[in-house]
Amino acid sequence: MIRLIRSYKFLRLRKTSVQYFSARTNMDLKDIKSDTKSSQLKNSSSFMMNIFRGKMLSAEVFPYPDVLVADEKELILSLVDPFEKFFTEINSASRNDENSSIDGTVLNKLWELGAFGIQVPEKYGGLGLGNTQYGRLCEILGANDLSVGITLGAHQSIGFKGILLFGTQQQKEKYLSKLTTEKVYAAFALTEPSSGSDAGSIRTRAVKSDDGNYFILNGSKIWISNGGVADVMTVFAQTEQVDLATGEKKDRVTAFIVERSFGGVTNGPPEKKMGIKASNTTEVYFDNVKVPIDNVLGGEGNGFKVAMTILNNGRFGMGATLAGTMKFCIQKAVEHANNRVQFGKKIKEYGCIQEKISQMNILQYATESMAYTISQNMDKGSKEYHLEAAISKIFASESAWYVCDEAIQILGGMGYMKEAELERVLRDLRIFRIFEGTNDILRLFVALTGIQYAASNLKFLQRAFKNPANNFGIVSTEISRRVSTSIGLGTIDFNPHIAPELQNYGKKAANCIELFGKSVERLLVRYGKNIINEQYILKRLSNAAIDIYSMVVTLSRASRAIKLNLPTAQHELNMTKVLCIQASNRCMDNLRNTSAESELEMIDVMEEIAREVCNKGGVNTTHVITN
Amino acid sequence: MSRVLVGVKRVVDYAVKVRVKPDKTGVVTEGVKHSMNPFDEIAVEEAIKLKEKKIASEIIAVSVGPTQSQEVIRTALAMGADRGVHVEVSGKDYDLLQPIHVSKILAKLALDEKADLIIVGKQAIDDDSNQTAQMTAAVLDWPQGTFCNKVEKTDAGLNITREIDGGLETIKTKIPAVLSADLRLNTPRYATLPNIMKAKKKPLKKVTPKDLGVDTTPRIEVVSVEEPPVRQAGALVPDVDALVGKLKEGGHI
Ligand SMILES: Cc1cc2nc3c(=O)[nH]c(=O)nc-3n(C[C@H](O)[C@H](O)[C@H](O)COP(=O)(O)OP(=O)(O)OC[C@H]3O[C@@H](n4cnc5c(N)ncnc54)[C@H](O)[C@@H]3O)c2cc1C
Repeated sequence: MIRLIRSYKFLRLRKTSVQYFSARTNMDLKDIKSDTKSSQLKNSSSFMMNIFRGKMLSAEVFPYPDVLVADEKELILSLVDPFEKFFTEINSASRNDENSSIDGTVLNKLWELGAFGIQVPEKYGGLGLGNTQYGRLCEILGANDLSVGITLGAHQSIGFKGILLFGTQQQKEKYLSKLTTEKVYAAFALTEPSSGSDAGSIRTRAVKSDDGNYFILNGSKIWISNGGVADVMTVFAQTEQVDLATGEKKDRVTAFIVERSFGGVTNGPPEKKMGIKASNTTEVYFDNVKVPIDNVLGGEGNGFKVAMTILNNGRFGMGATLAGTMKFCIQKAVEHANNRVQFGKKIKEYGCIQEKISQMNILQYATESMAYTISQNMDKGSKEYHLEAAISKIFASESAWYVCDEAIQILGGMGYMKEAELERVLRDLRIFRIFEGTNDILRLFVALTGIQYAASNLKFLQRAFKNPANNFGIVSTEISRRVSTSIGLGTIDFNPHIAPELQNYGKKAANCIELFGKSVERLLVRYGKNIINEQYILKRLSNAAIDIYSMVVTLSRASRAIKLNLPTAQHELNMTKVLCIQASNRCMDNLRNTSAESELEMIDVMEEIAREVCNKGGVNTTHVITN
Repeated sequence: MSRVLVGVKRVVDYAVKVRVKPDKTGVVTEGVKHSMNPFDEIAVEEAIKLKEKKIASEIIAVSVGPTQSQEVIRTALAMGADRGVHVEVSGKDYDLLQPIHVSKILAKLALDEKADLIIVGKQAIDDDSNQTAQMTAAVLDWPQGTFCNKVEKTDAGLNITREIDGGLETIKTKIPAVLSADLRLNTPRYATLPNIMKAKKKPLKKVTPKDLGVDTTPRIEVVSVEEPPVRQAGALVPDVDALVGKLKEGGHI
């Protein structure tokens, strides 16, 4: 009871905190406010959201989703070969990298192939594929050429996705078939010199004309993929909005569809980059661009939501893409390990190499399992996949880095040579940890969004406790839930959902979820609204969440493999077992470390170290060779 | 000319390393990638070219085989054929199906469909028979142009350049005729993704050999299928004398 009273204090202060971190973590304020009001009614169906309340909601993860009907499966399978053929016979990733561009004939073939409008409805000339089918093609992109992948992704995953998601009928008619069949490129222009992660702080401004027929757009954007080639862009700018209730004027972001042909749109030279060199990245400038009012996308003042929805909607594609990239790296590594002889034996016989190969495959399996869990939930119509999508982007980009790096290690000196192609892949895939939300920001987003959801539940309970007589049912269930979890009886049971062979591993995941819920509650009680400033702790919590998701999706997929008696079932089972051991250990550690005194002390010291170094402007030690 | 019939066969993909089944009754096909016989792709491409030049008005792709054969018909449709006919033959009948059966089927379909030209690949890369075009021409009593390197329409019929051992040979034929496509006839186009989607909507008719009055009862029996002999490991010899010695030893010189 004491615990709950303390948390109520926190809850009263919560509204301000919500507003604060929502701006930081790219959430939509309006949604959050209405969420708060209806929190006692609204329950998320998201698996990840619910673990913040220590609950398991199985619908989105068990059984492993299987949304494609026979026809849809057959369709995507019939597209795989011709898509792959393009990469083996026409495109060359090394040549693109060498030239820092994709040559015109190759691009033309890509347009003919239909690769620029994969999810555009057929009536506009697109392929009309769903997310899961799109994911399958992304895998091929990832395995073959990430520069081409980003060129296509910047075009359709973010460039014109807004038109698909928010466009009016008229906007769709006007733009979609051009962008799909007429070789007109699209781009997504959000980032500015002073505004990266903090996307709400953009300075590009659009001012409505006196007659209200158009906006005048001024400002500049940086690092825009396809910035030099796009004729149609989704551009975000501040606009002055009047609050209808108070009459108060406020800046709010609005999204616009901007055509280069409006005049006043120019771009800088292609940036010289570490990787994805053949993807065009430039600055884009808007100088008194006259944008017709009809080109407002998603409503005036809703631009922030438009931007976040677009990014959120495309993230699963990165997971699928990188699952393909990892497959490529694994294949290269295994080819080498199977043939290279040192000390009289194939190197595949050595434990050090075997451990790498297993680990690489486990990460690939988990990445792929996440991507297709999310894409299939999206195809089923789920709207609440933002935590899962963010987690899959983080997990995929970090796993891919690890896998490529280990592949290079297995190849030894050969791995360092251009000829082996892994050095290019390593450079190319590095960007995935940075763009479309840095992994650091996404970690904060995952932790804070989940915590907020948990907190809204506490508030509801607090009300119930005020009048326990009227809410007897709720109160007693909650009390028994808390009692049972706190004495460790365990209310979460994976057994009905997973293969018998995996039950011990399901138990590990269940324990993690229970401790997770309790940890969140403890953090809320301890820090209240100030939890948003505890990034060290939020990061640990987020890492624990990522481990939990990886366990759950692999448990689910391996159980499916067993149920369907797939030829690879045993292998998938093995990978899941190892992953669950690794992830649950790490997860438990991370959860304990959100409150362990020793960890908190260490965090204080690390804070001090970083402060000293930043004050000094570099390494702050006295060299051993000093007079 | 109005109608072209093309034969398309589903075969184990050219890039697959073929393995013999443990019981030596054939090669492993289960779980193995299949695609359209490459010479048939050339045949389809030639038909599409004729259509693009307005010489042909309709292209019918025919495949004889199990249900999965429809995949290669779809590929032909995605490349540009107008409709498909799947002649279903499966199980043992298909395992032992011979060019004689296929040619009778093609001949009957050509008459039923009122085709003016039949184009097939010169051979399939699985059984390498190189007989279907010839036999079909015989069944129909139509002229044949095999191993085509170039096909040109003339007022009287076709001018065909053929690949022969010594070089190229040019012949004239009337139509209707049966042609077989050789490697250098053309470079087949890729099926683009939108065309693959459109191909799903093109008509595909399924018939059985019985419907066509063709008997596909096996006429042969496979006794045994063997892997090619494994090449013996070589040995390095230090000099010419040693080499000559070894050759003599082996009775080669
Ligand atoms: C090749 C390439 C292509 C791109 N394509 C596009 C595009 O097509 N369209 C587009 O709009 N943008 C694009 N971008 C921009 C990209 O999305 C941004 O670089 C990214 O969002 C990060 O912003 P930033 O670079 O300003 O880093 P910053 O936001 O300045 O971040 C710097 C570091 O600080 C961390 N950080 C920032 N804020 C916090 C916080 N509150 N708490 C803790 N840590 C924090 C970040 O995680 C990061 O590690 C592209 C960038 C590149 C390099």
